[in-house]
Amino acid sequence: TTKAEDPAIWANALIRIRDHRDEAAFAALFCHFAPRIKGFLIRSGTDPALAEECAQDVLATAWRKAALFDPSRASAATWLFTIARNRRIDIARRQRRPEPQDLPWGPEPDPDQAELLGLQQETEYLGAALKALPKKQRDLIEKAYFGEMTHSEIAAETGLPLGTIKSRIRLALDRLRHALDVRDPR
Amino acid sequence: MTHSPYNPKHHLTDDLIAAYATGTLAEAVNLIVATHVSLCDSCRAAVEAHETLGGAVLEDSAGAAMGDDALDRAMAAIRGTVPEARPIRLSADPAPDPVVPAPLAAYIGGLDRVRWRSLGMGVKQSILRTTPEATARLLYIPAGTAVPDHTHNGLELTLVLQGAYSDEDGHFARGDVEVADPSVNHMPVADMSQDCICLAVTDSPLRFNSFLPRLLQPLFRI
Ligand SMILES: [Zn+2]
Ligand SMILES: [Zn+2]
Repeated sequence: TTKAEDPAIWANALIRIRDHRDEAAFAALFCHFAPRIKGFLIRSGTDPALAEECAQDVLATAWRKAALFDPSRASAATWLFTIARNRRIDIARRQRRPEPQDLPWGPEPDPDQAELLGLQQETEYLGAALKALPKKQRDLIEKAYFGEMTHSEIAAETGLPLGTIKSRIRLALDRLRHALDVRDPR
Repeated sequence: MTHSPYNPKHHLTDDLIAAYATGTLAEAVNLIVATHVSLCDSCRAAVEAHETLGGAVLEDSAGAAMGDDALDRAMAAIRGTVPEARPIRLSADPAPDPVVPAPLAAYIGGLDRVRWRSLGMGVKQSILRTTPEATARLLYIPAGTAVPDHTHNGLELTLVLQGAYSDEDGHFARGDVEVADPSVNHMPVADMSQDCICLAVTDSPLRFNSFLPRLLQPLFRI
């Protein structure tokens, strides 16, 4: 594939699953994301055998619920991240996960290819900005976003004061925002 | 995209939004975040931004090898299931409950089904069933009435569902959330115009300064 197609490749796989029950698209999605989700679950404290089962579940859920994927609002990685996160909350905390009420929407057509590429490309820029972060900041972001540890737990593990952890994460986020030129919505 | 008709003025902190997106909050706190986000476009956008970053971290991560038969098992599993149909929702669908957003409705049903317990002076509360790390309660404050003066040992979040109240920190109306830390010693007073209903979440017991004898607090679970 050419570079320009890359950001949308997984979004398109989900759309093919939704519209055509495309098994080849599912197999490709599975091979790319199942190991990442398994790794995410292990990093956040799940035992490897259970993490393997849960990664299976998360991808099976993506197959069943592909119709809920909205490529104008999320990349495939983001959508799968939210499914995997909810599964992790389920296992680790045995509690419900209240979700915001969906916004009402009309019977909208699929976003056109340009709109879809816009969001997927922005996601790719974000990925590049993440790679460009200094290693220490990137590690902290990964710890925090994988829900591996709360900020206080990261502080306890690294021996750094909580304030330092928070300001480093903030600094990393500011760098990412700057890289994307994304304005804070507030 | 359709926007919610509310533009709250008082929002969640970034820390809370990030922790909600990564999934490290107690259930009761998740509930109040999800309920505020249901009424607030800007916090919704902030949650989605953090989830986008979560997706980027996932994409960038090394991963752990799946078992040899993993793909075969996955293919066998999906062949037995049919993808769900696309939900069709029309803008003309009946409006959701005007007071209780969906995530809260999942806990209480409608307001008419809430079992209130009196705290005196017309103030009532109802504790919701969540995991115990934090407590979620509905508070009912008659128009013009003050919630007893109190302090907190920990975090207190208050989201206005109906009516409005004022305290030392400002005026809070439908959709607004007040984030009060232990240093705040406040006495919210409901506006005269309407009885005020709030969702309040605390991660430690409230300490009332005068109104209720401390001995009784465990009884009311406040
Ligand atoms: Zn907000
Ligand atoms: Zn208070």
